[in-house]
Amino acid sequence: MTAVTTDTAGDTRRAGRYVYLASVTLLCAWVLVPLYFLLINTLSSPEAVNAFPKSFIPEFDLGSLTFFANFAGMLSALKNSILVAGVTMILSITISAPAGYALSRFDFPGKELFRLLILLTRAFPLPLLALPLAVMFIRTGLDDTVLGLALVHTTLAIPFAVLITFSLFSGIPVELEEAAWTLGCTRLTAFTKVVLPLILPGITASAIFAFVISWNEVFAAAVLTIENRTLTAFLLQNLDTSPLHLKFAGGFILVVPALIFIFAVRKYLFAMWGIANR
Amino acid sequence: MSFKIKLVGAVSALAVVASAAAVQAQVLFWSTQAKPVEEAQAMRENVLAGAGDVDYQPNDGGPWLTRLNAELQAGSGSIGVLGALHGDFSAMNPDDLVDLGGLGMSASDTFNSLAKLGTDNMQYIPWMQASYIMAANKEALQYLPDGADIDALTYDQLIEWTANVHKATGEAKFGFPAGPKGLKHRFFQGYLYPSYTDGVVRTFASDAAVTAWEKMRELWTHTNPASTNFSFMQEQLLSGDAWIVFDHTSRLAQAFNERPDDFVAFPAPAGPTGRGFMPVLAGVAIPRTAPDMDAAKALVQYMLKPETQIATLRTTNFFPVVDVDLPDDLPPAVKAAGNAVAKMSGSADANPGLLPAGLGAKGGEFSQLYTETFERIVLAGQDIRTVLDEHKPRLQAIMDESGAPCWAPDAASDGPCPVE
Amino acid sequence: MSTRYLPYILILPVTIFLCVFFLYPFVLVAQQAFWSDTGFTLDNFRKVVGHWKFPISLKNTLLLAAAVVPIQLALALLMATMVNNMGRGRDLVLYVWTIPLGISDLAAGIIWLAIFDQSGFLNSMMSGLGLIDRPMNLLSYQSPGLVFLAIMLAEIWRATAIMLVILVAGIGLIPKEYYEAAEVFGASPWKRFTRITLPLLRPSLSTALVLRVILAFEVFAVVQALGGTLFPVLMGETYNYQFELLNGRSAAAVALIILAISIAATLVILRVLRVPKGATI
Repeated sequence: MTAVTTDTAGDTRRAGRYVYLASVTLLCAWVLVPLYFLLINTLSSPEAVNAFPKSFIPEFDLGSLTFFANFAGMLSALKNSILVAGVTMILSITISAPAGYALSRFDFPGKELFRLLILLTRAFPLPLLALPLAVMFIRTGLDDTVLGLALVHTTLAIPFAVLITFSLFSGIPVELEEAAWTLGCTRLTAFTKVVLPLILPGITASAIFAFVISWNEVFAAAVLTIENRTLTAFLLQNLDTSPLHLKFAGGFILVVPALIFIFAVRKYLFAMWGIANR
Repeated sequence: MSFKIKLVGAVSALAVVASAAAVQAQVLFWSTQAKPVEEAQAMRENVLAGAGDVDYQPNDGGPWLTRLNAELQAGSGSIGVLGALHGDFSAMNPDDLVDLGGLGMSASDTFNSLAKLGTDNMQYIPWMQASYIMAANKEALQYLPDGADIDALTYDQLIEWTANVHKATGEAKFGFPAGPKGLKHRFFQGYLYPSYTDGVVRTFASDAAVTAWEKMRELWTHTNPASTNFSFMQEQLLSGDAWIVFDHTSRLAQAFNERPDDFVAFPAPAGPTGRGFMPVLAGVAIPRTAPDMDAAKALVQYMLKPETQIATLRTTNFFPVVDVDLPDDLPPAVKAAGNAVAKMSGSADANPGLLPAGLGAKGGEFSQLYTETFERIVLAGQDIRTVLDEHKPRLQAIMDESGAPCWAPDAASDGPCPVE
Repeated sequence: MSTRYLPYILILPVTIFLCVFFLYPFVLVAQQAFWSDTGFTLDNFRKVVGHWKFPISLKNTLLLAAAVVPIQLALALLMATMVNNMGRGRDLVLYVWTIPLGISDLAAGIIWLAIFDQSGFLNSMMSGLGLIDRPMNLLSYQSPGLVFLAIMLAEIWRATAIMLVILVAGIGLIPKEYYEAAEVFGASPWKRFTRITLPLLRPSLSTALVLRVILAFEVFAVVQALGGTLFPVLMGETYNYQFELLNGRSAAAVALIILAISIAATLVILRVLRVPKGATI
């Protein structure tokens, strides 16, 4: 009793610490547990996938995965997916970053309208736009090319890229740039020497968006690619009509590369946090 | 700036590489059928292996149609052969499909005339056929009502049976594909209405139709309430969530192939006006934009060869449309479905329906009307008479706008089919 | 280079790009909505709005957005603050929390259906714990509340990461000195959060909210997987018109209605979270 009264402050802090740790763990579990279920079903035999109650430990039956491993065209579809996503990433950032900078640094007539136009692109469903786009692509020869699909995916990624870069630039004090100008920098050199290094890690966030958007997009990929199918168009398209065990295995195969990609760039996500120490 | 230039260079190099790969002379088979990954793979490996260089690409309806329309609008394309259902073709502009006269015929005159889609030309060639049947878990058989013959059930017996199962297990175990991709509208158009009203369009709002929907409501009380999520009844058969189900033969196949000893297939039930049932007909066609007309025609002919038809049967559970001698070593699902369909069409009270001809682009709206009727009457519990009377003018409008004449089991009509 | 023209030069690439790959097809599609066989008309809008399913779909879409987005915002803020204060292991935790970013809505639908299915994981768990004798039907038309809850959970799981990443980036840009100063004056963690983090996070907050809300109005795949035909949403109606009923005009009309709702919501958010002039750090 006495110990408690004398050490209330320490106790509260410790209790707070526990609550904090518990919530972090809980939130991690919240994200991971559904994925674990996907893993279980992927590594289960067709019988186990349909069984009830379900086992919570995978039985490591590789049947479903082997089916996809023998699937003709998986590798080239994987390659196409990565190519399209890569081109989308580069295109969307090179096109969007200047606009994000303009939005954060200048007041110009038409700025609000411009922001709205950018947002409109995400508020209209792509499957409706796919028809005129496909006609245009067939006429210009962009049809069934990596570049053609990447252009469409870039359209999807641009709003994210513009808005994220906009908020990144907005976070960097304009005084920092002005200081650079007084020290003899031009607008361009001030930008490349002062601003760019600061936001470069943040740019990764919009790169992740672009990559993931492209990776997961099915409809345009199914319409605009024939020979050069992406993995998503190749798999996800037909998954809903497929037997359960293959549904899960196919879903799993799609998720893994995206996870690896995010894992590979997690350092930059982390670095984003580090900016605060400037 | 130099970075951007390099990028553009790299990107256009990619495009060149990509388009270079696309120049090979290959027939693109653009299909809405045999979509499940296993079936698609078997189509490529077993069915089309002998057809030369064919790229078989099955797609959802949305991308399938979008791509096709884009090629037709652009006036050039890469699709060689189309594979789809009768309804998909009948929604197309007849000028967009090449006349396939002389390339072959199915053994059924009915199918051949359906394939003309109201024109004088063969708009598509019948490719394969299927139907909708019933299937049950063998555990459910012990609850069959006394004196009921599973091969000659009536709707009343079916309802009693599902009620018995419901009572014995405490769970509603009738399964009905009422999910977003389920084929429930076919049940109303080809099974319930013909069995109770001896019609589909003329009798849409008749008193007999009211009885039919009352029976549907009764059946629904013993239906798994998650049925609004079910689209492929094989899944619920296998998981045991449903014991007695209705669905397309190919959407039941996996259950029979995985556990052939656990399930039985049997004919759809009969009502006061007979045992209504309807066929599913898929066809192959060539769009006017096909890049290599001769290769496409050769592929169409190949699809009709007896060997190809048998291989297709093994792969997709769709039956041949030409005369073939079926081998004995067919997969369990094919045997089970084949038997059930044979019993259904051979039954004394058989009341076969036809596929609608002449609905054109209104086909989707037509089916939607039956689905909405179901949703309002059965799911939302609205008054049957009111709903039918409200939907009646909409149905009449669809018939008038498309000009479609009546089809069996409705009595023939001179002009557009009248809703009585 | 004159400062007057500089912003226009900077936004030129995006503008040209979007004109070619968005505006051009958009105009072609959108004009269908105002067209009939005889000429200009608003009949397409009248028809889709008059359909008995339209009010239900509209209500469902708005209700879902209203239920999901605030929870996601709160959760993302909480997670972002937690990551910000974390010592060891923060990049790992951040990685785990951003995983759903990489999962498409179709795949998310598959995963969550496996949980809520009658013979799914949730029922297995409950029967394993002895809570139920036999599997319950969680996604049935008899329990629309449960269906709604399931869709909500799946959406929160899938799409919170988008906001999280934007907010983490935004919080990272708030100078540490502000917090240090606040601590010197004895401000509580809650005060620091409401007085420093929230106001300074406004640009990121509005970005995250706008994007999330727009995407919430377009929700479809997860809803279809879990709600089946029970929970119609506007986007589902659009696809139904376009691909089942082959009625491009009606599809375009519904899509334009969604667009209008999105614009309205965007304007409201931008107005409420407006960053006052000269108030940047």
